[in-house]
Amino acid sequence: MSETLLKVRGLKIGATVFPPGEKPHDITIVHGVSFDLAPGKVLGLIGESGAGKSTIGLAAMGYGRGGVKITGGEVFVNGRDILKGGIKGLRELRGAEVTYVAQSAAAAFNPAKKLMEQVTEAAISHGKFSKSDAEKRAVALFAKLGLPDPENIGERYPHQVSGGQLQRVMTALALCPEPDLVVFDEPTTALDVTTQIDVLAAIKEAIRDTGVAALYITHDLAVVAQVSDHIMVLRGGNTVEYGDTDQIINAPVDDYTRALVTVRSIDHEEKSPSDNPVLQVKNITARYKGTNFDVLSDINVELHAGQTLAVVGESGSGKSTLARVITGLLPPSHGSIEFGGHTLTPDLPNRPMEDLRELQMIYQMADVAMNPRQTVGTIIGRPLELYFGLRGEEKRKRIRELLEEIEMGDGFVDRYPAELSGGQKQRVCIARCLAAKPKLIICDEVTSALDPLVADGILKLLLDLQKIEDVSYLFITHDLATVRAIADSIAVMYQGRVVRYGPKSEVLAPPFDDYTDLLLSSVPEMELGWLEKVISSRKMESAGN
Amino acid sequence: MHPVLTLVAQRLALGILLLFAASALIFVGTQILPGDVAQSILGQSATPESLANLRKELGLNEPALSRYFSWLGNALQGDLGTALTNGRDIAESLGSRLGNTMFLAGTAAVISVPLAIFLGLLAVRYKDRWPDKLISAVTLTSISIPEFLIGYVLMYFISVKLGWFSSVAMINDGMSFFEKLNAIALPVMVLVMVVLAHMMRMTRAAILNVMQSAYIETAELKGLSGFQVIAKHAFPNAISPIVNVVMLNLAYLVVGVVVVEVVFVYPGMGQYLVDHVSKRDVPVVQACGLIFAAVYIGLNMLADIISILANPRLRHPK
Amino acid sequence: MKIIPISALIGLFFTFLYFFVAIFAPWIAPYGMAEIVGDVWEPSSSAYWLGTDSIGRDLLTRMIYGGRTTIFIATAATILSFTTGATLGFLAAVSGGWIDQVLSRFVDLIMAIPSLIFALVVLSVMPVTIPVLILVMGLLDATRVFRLSRAVAVDINVMDYVEAAKLRGEGLRWIIFREILPNALSPLVAEMGLRFIFMVLFVSTLSFLGLGVQPPQADWGGIVKENKEGIVYGISAALAPAFAIATLAISVNLVADWVLNRTTSLKGGRG
Repeated sequence: MSETLLKVRGLKIGATVFPPGEKPHDITIVHGVSFDLAPGKVLGLIGESGAGKSTIGLAAMGYGRGGVKITGGEVFVNGRDILKGGIKGLRELRGAEVTYVAQSAAAAFNPAKKLMEQVTEAAISHGKFSKSDAEKRAVALFAKLGLPDPENIGERYPHQVSGGQLQRVMTALALCPEPDLVVFDEPTTALDVTTQIDVLAAIKEAIRDTGVAALYITHDLAVVAQVSDHIMVLRGGNTVEYGDTDQIINAPVDDYTRALVTVRSIDHEEKSPSDNPVLQVKNITARYKGTNFDVLSDINVELHAGQTLAVVGESGSGKSTLARVITGLLPPSHGSIEFGGHTLTPDLPNRPMEDLRELQMIYQMADVAMNPRQTVGTIIGRPLELYFGLRGEEKRKRIRELLEEIEMGDGFVDRYPAELSGGQKQRVCIARCLAAKPKLIICDEVTSALDPLVADGILKLLLDLQKIEDVSYLFITHDLATVRAIADSIAVMYQGRVVRYGPKSEVLAPPFDDYTDLLLSSVPEMELGWLEKVISSRKMESAGN
Repeated sequence: MHPVLTLVAQRLALGILLLFAASALIFVGTQILPGDVAQSILGQSATPESLANLRKELGLNEPALSRYFSWLGNALQGDLGTALTNGRDIAESLGSRLGNTMFLAGTAAVISVPLAIFLGLLAVRYKDRWPDKLISAVTLTSISIPEFLIGYVLMYFISVKLGWFSSVAMINDGMSFFEKLNAIALPVMVLVMVVLAHMMRMTRAAILNVMQSAYIETAELKGLSGFQVIAKHAFPNAISPIVNVVMLNLAYLVVGVVVVEVVFVYPGMGQYLVDHVSKRDVPVVQACGLIFAAVYIGLNMLADIISILANPRLRHPK
Repeated sequence: MKIIPISALIGLFFTFLYFFVAIFAPWIAPYGMAEIVGDVWEPSSSAYWLGTDSIGRDLLTRMIYGGRTTIFIATAATILSFTTGATLGFLAAVSGGWIDQVLSRFVDLIMAIPSLIFALVVLSVMPVTIPVLILVMGLLDATRVFRLSRAVAVDINVMDYVEAAKLRGEGLRWIIFREILPNALSPLVAEMGLRFIFMVLFVSTLSFLGLGVQPPQADWGGIVKENKEGIVYGISAALAPAFAIATLAISVNLVADWVLNRTTSLKGGRG
């Protein structure tokens, strides 16, 4: 084995794009990237969407997804330039020397085959292990990765195990042939935060115990700080900064890296509750038609004028359902909602226009929240027409003001949503809400589809607007960093119930209930050794009990 | 009971229900339309006596509902009534014709199904290269021309100009199997061309859909050979959509057969149906309509059941 | 959007040409529709470009008038099937509940019987006239349009921007005409082309079987029927409609493809 396991020099990657109505043309997505990886070491590749990080990861296996082609540079694995070996050489490499863990294990497993067969397939077909040895190895890996019933889980089909478990099985699949290098492509991004920490710990331990090297690709710097020895920060297919993890996290040189490190450190001082509640949710219980269990049971929360209530929970906690109940899309089976001093009609069609105007909503996916056939001007102008009867110059003037407020110029009036960036789309959605001059805006995961820096910008904008417009936010999110940044009070939801509720300072201070403790301690922090600290403290706790 | 069996049973029950509803619809289509059936059968010049006679013969004086149930009851026992035009028993005349039709459609299916799957695979293998483009051009042309015209084009060039096969497809019981095959060569060719186009296109789409799945990428990143990827990972997941494609096209074949039989004067059910539609022989039309609908519904049901059985999520529930 | 691909241009050109000839048939056709001008099955000559038909009428004239009839029936049936199918499909999608259930199950039932068979059953008792043909074909085909437009509208109806419009307090009219329709139009227009081709094939088939347009009226299916006896003598008159139908169908297909491709590009930022 040579000193460097993976040596990448001047890697250039291109793709052919087919823009509709134009001639197909080639673009470059990675512009000459170089790095080295020693055996047993972990390199984190980090960047926002479009940075080219996954593309670089796959290039280590000589693979281009879709129309992606490696157009220049050299990739050496164990001293051999894999780009010169032809497809036969690549097949000998893939699944034997280098293996891959995909972001969505649920899609990456063949639904028609048992897990064991898929986990051992590469090891057997490359002749690394006999069938029985490979299966023994797989069972050992299942056990090491903390999967339940490691002896028999291989007999199941992919749809029969949970998402977090499947991600571990995928890791076992990658480790089974005893590779020299594993490419982890956002392996925990699709998981809930409390599941993520366990999978992350399992992956880290497996990497350490098997002595394998890894490329760890993610958009979350806090996550990569826990597992990698070195970090490469990428932006738009270029290297921004490349160094060891300690240096990147604690002494970043580049401005962009510094921005990534300090992201989500917005400080928001909590306002004390006034005696003027805008929204009171009273004893709300709700279930969906045709089901026999309550998605929400006995919810009681309150939101004061000009303040923000963050509703936080993982998928399935019922937090989005609460928004549907408040907006009237799902009338509750029990309980009532007080809004601005009167009781809201439970179902949407019977609500007076004035209530609809005062209660607005912003969605997670800004690009499907706007009609693609309407211009920004139409989108923002419609509430002005509908609620205030504004027409002509008066309306145009107000649209311009709103565009100023969301820090976009009036040059955007005639643009279509498809022509805007992700952050701009979300800003237009915010302007559409503001046009109605609402008392309350429900924000449903409004930043979770955005890259961290863009998300920060949106949060800052929302806070500024709150000061100017004195509007209240009901902020639904799974992300605790966002909660810290924006909330005045917090409701933690778990399995359809509010398990903890109060002012931010109280909710985020001990003593905690079990779930809140688990949730809070699971959020990755931008700190070296955080993962070990959490895991060992959890072990001590469970030993103590 | 295993959940898959429940689903299959549900689908079977739905098929039977659909068949009953279809029979009602066919009955309604012929009986309770505006205007008088007897009048439209005999034409404007009919005498009042002959109209009254026909009404009686058709049982038109009975209420429609009881006529429907007695018709359905008889049909279930294999009694399809007698033809108005020649007074023959319909079930008897249909017997051998149904056999002939099945022979024609069956031969076309035996040739077209493997060919379509093979060509579909070829189109996928050479996606966006000339074999794929050629296949899709031929497909586009053949779905743009009605079946009967393809029939005449083949007849003109192959049978008349080249003098290869006979331009009419007469068969009788005295012929040997190979003589029969030779006689139906042209109509089979037409049917194959028509369903082949659809089947190929749909097979291609089905396989491409599977090939774009993330688990195919996983298999490729395991360093498996192209053949292993297709045989072990793509094929097991492509069976269900392909079977579905095949079934849908067989159902389509059943309809195509009607027209092709007329073109080649083939003594099958399609020709029998068309003949009697122009003669306004309602009982025959109903009987044929019912049989065609039953085959069509049956094949569609089979397609659904096979895809239920092939779905691993349903076969191995949580 | 900016450039029309060459295939679509060709398609557009021929489609317009066919419609032009259909509309102005009486001024374009060299002879009268049912005028007997020569001998039976004369070969093509300078007087009769395509020769004459089974009773000595000019074949080109028959083809032009035949195209007029076929295209007229197909167009009328397409319009009928689209107005009924799309209206009911949107209604079912937006209102949901029992209206949706009743309409959808009824359409399932009609579609359980092959349309040609069902048309034959109905035509066995109905007088075969052009209005009846249009009605039968249009309504049978409306089931397919219903399914498509319902599916498209259901997809759009669950989009956040429609929900946002509902939360904003917009009425049903705004939601259907301003939010759903502009986004559903493109797949429907493309489908319209395909349905039109299907109608051409359908009416030709019925006429060929003797259950469509009745003589002496000319139509493409009927021309095949009138001249089919000639095939065995090596006379290709019956094949003329094959060429006409195929070129028309391919042209419309090319246009429909282009419309569909053009519109996927407008769907939004995600390509």
